[in-house]
Amino acid sequence: MAFLEIERAYKGYGPKWNRTEVLADINLEIEKGEFVAIVGFSGSGKTTLMNLLSGLAAPDTGSVRFEGKPITGPSSALALVFQNYSLLPWLTVYENVALAVDQVFPTWTAAKRREHIERYVAMVNLTPARDKRPSELSGGMRQRVAVARALAMDPQVLLCDEPLSALDALTRATLQDEIRRIRAEDDKTIVLITNDPDEAILLADRVIPLTAAPNATLGPSIPITLPQPRDRKTIAEEPEFRRIRLEVVEYLLRSKTRQHTKLERKLVLPDIMPEDLTQPRPIIPWFGGRGPIRRNEIKTTNVEVPK
Amino acid sequence: MDFIRRYKLDSLLLPLIGIAAFLILWQFIAGSIKTVNYTDDFGDTMTKTTRVGVSADLPSPAETWAASKPYLAQPFAKRGELDQGILAFTKLSLWLVLQGYLIALVIGTPLGFFLGLSKTFTKAVDPIIQVLRPVSPLAWFPLGLVLFSSVKLADGGGKTVFGASDAAALFTIAICAMWPTVMNTAVGVRAVPQDYLNVAKVLKLSRLKTLGKVLLPATLPYMFTGFRLSLGIAWLVIVAVEMLTGRPGVGGFLWQEYNAGSYSRIILCILTIGVVGLVLDRLMSLAESRFKTA
Repeated sequence: MAFLEIERAYKGYGPKWNRTEVLADINLEIEKGEFVAIVGFSGSGKTTLMNLLSGLAAPDTGSVRFEGKPITGPSSALALVFQNYSLLPWLTVYENVALAVDQVFPTWTAAKRREHIERYVAMVNLTPARDKRPSELSGGMRQRVAVARALAMDPQVLLCDEPLSALDALTRATLQDEIRRIRAEDDKTIVLITNDPDEAILLADRVIPLTAAPNATLGPSIPITLPQPRDRKTIAEEPEFRRIRLEVVEYLLRSKTRQHTKLERKLVLPDIMPEDLTQPRPIIPWFGGRGPIRRNEIKTTNVEVPK
Repeated sequence: MDFIRRYKLDSLLLPLIGIAAFLILWQFIAGSIKTVNYTDDFGDTMTKTTRVGVSADLPSPAETWAASKPYLAQPFAKRGELDQGILAFTKLSLWLVLQGYLIALVIGTPLGFFLGLSKTFTKAVDPIIQVLRPVSPLAWFPLGLVLFSSVKLADGGGKTVFGASDAAALFTIAICAMWPTVMNTAVGVRAVPQDYLNVAKVLKLSRLKTLGKVLLPATLPYMFTGFRLSLGIAWLVIVAVEMLTGRPGVGGFLWQEYNAGSYSRIILCILTIGVVGLVLDRLMSLAESRFKTA
């Protein structure tokens, strides 16, 4: 039994007649203490997958289990770092973290909670900015607050939904180092969703490609055997790095060529309804039961189009 | 021209020019007193004064000023129930507005929240709101009188301190001023970003905490816009209500002076209503801008 697992999960949105199947047949097993990176294109259903793991959404079929028990809703054992930071703009850095801490540890004394909050604000190097509001912070600082908020909940699993994709390359590099440092400090299970294969290989123990939606599914898991800590300057030279990177990218590109395309055709049927002469003539034409009525039907078919 | 530009005088000069043009137009339209000498049937020379002009009865700016002076010079004087300084009247009106406005907020804000939160509730109640919203204060007032016909609070001496007409006045102000608050709060609640709600969900905030820590702060800017518009409407309604009840206040004074034929003071009342409305709006804007979050 895996620590965190998804089994044969499907998830789609929309009503029956206009449905998009985002995720199809997702199977994932994560062991305790692992750092797994999931790499996929933009719009490939990465956030939907994260919502399943965090309990914000339930799969249509299949199951998501944490320590053997199905996940029914959000829990403090699985903390989520949102893609767009999702800080509350009317609270300061300290208050944003405090909101989570007060909620998860209501039995602690005020002093203990304050000390706990300060520690995590310090962990992401934001002590000088603790009384600032998110609007006064840069993107990187905001994301660090979001990370601090998630970590301060002392979760067993940290779920990161493209935490760095909105940042510039330099800030990104610093934050990658920070994530690595935090992981070295307290050994948490981390699931990182990203669109950057390099980032995944630099940080994770395992990379899993996610094919593009609709019907996105996880590809084969690729273990990264490069020793930790990895150096971003030299790692690009390693043949192992290149091999994994190529494998991931190839898989994703190959999956894209097998895309399913939805075709929509409008079928116009001829005036086949006979006029019912027993009915009274309608006062407003076209709005009566007398017919004939021209009926339009839209027929949609799913076709596999090779590119 | 350089001088004007250097001291940014145009922002002062242009309004002054506007006001001057307005006064000239007013002077042009207003009537003036004309004295006519004529010989009557007995051969005596008599003088008769008539008003002439484009709108003969409209007092000119100078006449308005002369007639308004005592009310402005002693703004808090109380010579009689319906003969008080202009600020004394304003105070009375404002007090009534404040009461009605607070009732509107107390009812309107929760109603807006329910509308924003529940689609079912919106579907059930929205048609009624849409029908009631455009109804004029003049139409509400008689209904208020009927609704609260049995309301009578008397003081020790048996004098009524709060009667049906007071209740009806408050009812009219409250029900007319309520709608902007209701609508804006509802829109604000619907516009709360899903991200914030997700945060509340992930942190497993209780319903009450979600309301207090997430929904309320996120809706506050919208709510304040509603509060500001509501106050504007409450101030509009007060004049109508005071005219109908004849109670002392700016609107009551206006109507009384019209009946008494002192047209200059009507203009004083109108200007007072305008200025007070402007000040209220500015104050609310100030409060609103304080609550704007990123």
